[in-house]
Amino acid sequence: MNPYVPILVLTALGAAFAVLSVAGSFLIGPRRHNRAKLDAYECGIEPTPHAVGGGRFPVKYYLVAMLFIVFDIESVFLMPYAVAFGKLGLFALVEMVLFMVTVFVAYAYMWRRGGLDWD
Amino acid sequence: MEFGRDSIWLVLAKAALIFVFLVITTLLAIWAERRIVGRMQSRPGPNRTGPFGLLQALADGLKLMLKEDLVPRRVDRLVYLLAPVIAGTTCFMAFAVVPFGPEVTIPFTDTRTALQLTDLPIAVLFVLAVASMGVYGILLAGWSSGSTYPLLGGVRSSAQVISYEIAMGLSLIAVFLFAGSMSTSRIVAEQAEIWYVFPLFVSFAIYCISMVGETNRAPFDLPEAEGELVGGFHTEYSSMKFAMFFLGEYINMITVSAIATTLFLGGWQAPWGISQINDGMFNEGWWPLLWFVGKLWAFLFVFIWLRGTLPRLRYDQFMRFGWRGLIPVALVWVVFISAWRQLLDSGVDARRYVIIVCGAVLALLVVWIVIDSIRMARGGEAPSDRSAPTAEDGPIDPFAGGFPVPALPGQQLLRTAGPSGPVLGVDTVVTGEATVRTADDEGPADGRDSQEVRGG
Repeated sequence: MNPYVPILVLTALGAAFAVLSVAGSFLIGPRRHNRAKLDAYECGIEPTPHAVGGGRFPVKYYLVAMLFIVFDIESVFLMPYAVAFGKLGLFALVEMVLFMVTVFVAYAYMWRRGGLDWD
Repeated sequence: MEFGRDSIWLVLAKAALIFVFLVITTLLAIWAERRIVGRMQSRPGPNRTGPFGLLQALADGLKLMLKEDLVPRRVDRLVYLLAPVIAGTTCFMAFAVVPFGPEVTIPFTDTRTALQLTDLPIAVLFVLAVASMGVYGILLAGWSSGSTYPLLGGVRSSAQVISYEIAMGLSLIAVFLFAGSMSTSRIVAEQAEIWYVFPLFVSFAIYCISMVGETNRAPFDLPEAEGELVGGFHTEYSSMKFAMFFLGEYINMITVSAIATTLFLGGWQAPWGISQINDGMFNEGWWPLLWFVGKLWAFLFVFIWLRGTLPRLRYDQFMRFGWRGLIPVALVWVVFISAWRQLLDSGVDARRYVIIVCGAVLALLVVWIVIDSIRMARGGEAPSDRSAPTAEDGPIDPFAGGFPVPALPGQQLLRTAGPSGPVLGVDTVVTGEATVRTADDEGPADGRDSQEVRGG
């Protein structure tokens, strides 16, 4: 059997549980209609109106997502290197350090330009 | 060990057992958390439902099941319903590759099977991938709720999880380097002589910190910072949909603890001392299950302990710690440990010099981080050429930037009707519709007025 099949079995089990419990509470739970209950919850005040199209967001989150991609790719590159470390020898080590220094330049630039400040 | 030999019935039985194990551990963890935190705060905690209050979590779950299933008016219906299902599904997946024990004979049969559902050559990578998928549940829940606080909580939470996932991924590289594999059963087998927590303590420390950040637990539980975000991403969820997020959080906690056990604490292997008794009899058969569950609960206890002890971090402190502290340390540690391994393999005698150089680099980095944090603590400006917004006296429109901002000392806050109301503060002054209030006179005299406007 393919070793991925058991993962699918466990996933199906989890999904069935999640769907059944959400559906179950929908069927079992009471329903008492109330206009205010269906409003967005903001501690009792009138909910803030939402801008059309989602409004504006602090650009910090975008920077975090971009940096995440850079570093995630870096660790994805490092993983096969680590696994095959015994067979690759000194050459791979030097190459890997060069690669990490290259990424580190981008990181240092980001730091210097204030991309990692959150205040 | 070989995988992929089990019959479909055995796979089904194992999957069902893992499912039951996770649900029961979750119920016990919730009970343990409430009891232990209760003890830490000099109160008994729940002790009425069942012996020692053990059935409290189950009773709470049943109560949630019987609650009204609310769907607020402004939600994006499909995504809103999908998000808790994603959160409740992905949390189970990672446990498919966690080794509970070695090969055992199933009682009353001759079948031998590993106490592990399956294993992949890239098992740990799979765990990291599934952990990332869990973020979708949080992000989509926040986005689809059509409400302010869930949106902020969801975005915050995803930024937090992905930030700490980098440090987590980098800390695991040293483990792969030592084990020469990403398969969980192989990593456990490689730790027969020494658990990786000893040679790779830095990795272990980074992993432990980032696993708390990754699971949104105290002191890093910013997405649920109730003082600023109400309930965070699950504010608009009720009934079983809320329970799915709750379950997901606890199972994620169990998963990261199990991975920490597997990668650093020798997995199911008996602790040193016990493992020597009688030619390793405690490392065979069903005994390993005991060691595995024991180590798992040690981590869960630390999670609860942290929650009972530490106050929540501020968001900028938290992000600075992740990006400026953990990630550079993890990167330098990877270089250091690679160089170290290379020297061990090649048997060069100049080992000492390289250790000195690497140690010096590491020490420099630590000093740099300390200096940086001291400078930040003193309130000094970070080295950047951004110009800080200067506080100008006079009226400001809180919604001018698109989202509400409070007034700085000396500024006057214009009361507008939100972003959809009059946009420019000058206009509202001219028409005289908005009340102008200075930031200083916030006191008892003003209480009645603000109560009227805010509606309590």
